[in-house]
Amino acid sequence: MSDLHTTRAFDEDLQELTRMVSEMGGLAEKEIADAVDALAQRDTELAQRVTALDATIDRLQYEIEERAVLTIARRQPMAIDLREIVAALRLANDLERIGDLAKNIAKRVIALNADFPPPNLIRGVEHMSELVLGQLQAALDSFVRRDVAKAMEVWRSDEEIDAVCTSVFRELLTYMMEDPRNISFCIHLLFCAKNIERMGDHATNIAETVHYMIEGRPITDQRPKVDVTAAFVAMSDGGRG
Amino acid sequence: MTLANVPFPNATPANAHLAAVPLSVPAHVAVAGGLREKIAIRDLDFFYGDSRALKAITVPLYANKVTAFIGPSGCGKSTLLRILNRMYDLYPNQRAVGEVMLDGENILDPGQDLNLLRARIGMVFQKPTPFPMTIYENIAFGIRLYENVGKSELDDRVESALRRSALWDEVKDKLGANGQSLSGGQQQRLCIARTVAVRPEVILLDEPCSALDPISTARIEELIDGMKDDYTIVIVTHNMQQAARVSDYTTFMYLGEMIEFGETATMFTTPSDKRTQDYITGRFG
Repeated sequence: MSDLHTTRAFDEDLQELTRMVSEMGGLAEKEIADAVDALAQRDTELAQRVTALDATIDRLQYEIEERAVLTIARRQPMAIDLREIVAALRLANDLERIGDLAKNIAKRVIALNADFPPPNLIRGVEHMSELVLGQLQAALDSFVRRDVAKAMEVWRSDEEIDAVCTSVFRELLTYMMEDPRNISFCIHLLFCAKNIERMGDHATNIAETVHYMIEGRPITDQRPKVDVTAAFVAMSDGGRG
Repeated sequence: MTLANVPFPNATPANAHLAAVPLSVPAHVAVAGGLREKIAIRDLDFFYGDSRALKAITVPLYANKVTAFIGPSGCGKSTLLRILNRMYDLYPNQRAVGEVMLDGENILDPGQDLNLLRARIGMVFQKPTPFPMTIYENIAFGIRLYENVGKSELDDRVESALRRSALWDEVKDKLGANGQSLSGGQQQRLCIARTVAVRPEVILLDEPCSALDPISTARIEELIDGMKDDYTIVIVTHNMQQAARVSDYTTFMYLGEMIEFGETATMFTTPSDKRTQDYITGRFG
């Protein structure tokens, strides 16, 4: 907000909340990038560091919640101020979930141990994570800049991630059908891909929250949605036939 | 049915923004027969001498609803409230121009019987103003002024007024005590009892809780909530949270103008005018 409150400490409270959320966002981005790097480079040490980083993100979420509750109790915020605080709470929640999903990828890297899939299979997952990172960065940016147009852009472009996810699923399925010994790592990879796809959903949630924060109402447009699961089922049916 | 369907007669450019605000009312209100304008303020101007304190105010006050007037000091909200029972008549050089229709009758009409009007439209002030007499007499006084009732009926009326204002249990054993011996919160409830005792149709509350502690404030707010089944209530308050808690509709005023009128839930979450937003979020005023 360009206009300042009569009580300057209130502005500081709100600015601090935004700052904490962007700090948490930065950490979540790093956690995603590191988890996927660990997967691509078979780096179990890096994977372990990712699990440690997740604890920091969890703690930040708690701190944001505490600060938000305190600000509500102290300032009795109304309208845009109240929505900003609610948005910070929601974003912290989405970012915490994103962190958990990245941690889950890291855990799978540790579980895979020596049994690593061929690099070309991982490339699809890497590509997905790049798209999701881009989405997440744009969503967080729209929050910090209070940019509703940018949030809408993020909200509309989740499709591509879903499409890449579907193609990764198909590829993995082919590998599994080819040789049952591939099933173990393919399942792990499948979950990694699904985790990343869900991170994308959280980025979309963030965009929806930013829209609500600025406009005071939820998005009412229809968003085109690719059903990944349906594609997967259709594919496996085709395989049997 | 939406508020937009409620006719705003005399939709002049000055009040066109009213009709333009798309408001929706909860379904149960619509089922109950929609909203009735108990008081319709239209194009109301008010002058203190030559100074124009209110500018073309148009606002509906719905029956059995609580409407809050909010705005920074000097915006004209108390002035507006004082017009509703012609309090300004007590002062020279003050005049109102426009329409304030109470059930279709203009209360600004010079022929208006002020005693009758003030019985229909009761008022409670910022500071408790009990009369220097017993608790019982504080209430009986007003009733006797307007009606000729027997002793037992008077007793009933006093008791019922004290019950309505949630004071009965605290004073039933000391009705003969001086009204001024009560605590501030009790005095204010005594004033509310005095107001409801004459069975008004509209109750005007001018910052009724500003001199009270949080518990007394909560009691009065609870009372307001319980009273709206029987009365049309208008409250002026500086406490934004109070307006958000107790009212169904809110009017934001600024520099003698009505800036925005709407459902309270909308006004305090997504006001449409930037000035309203700045005021309720503490950015000016």
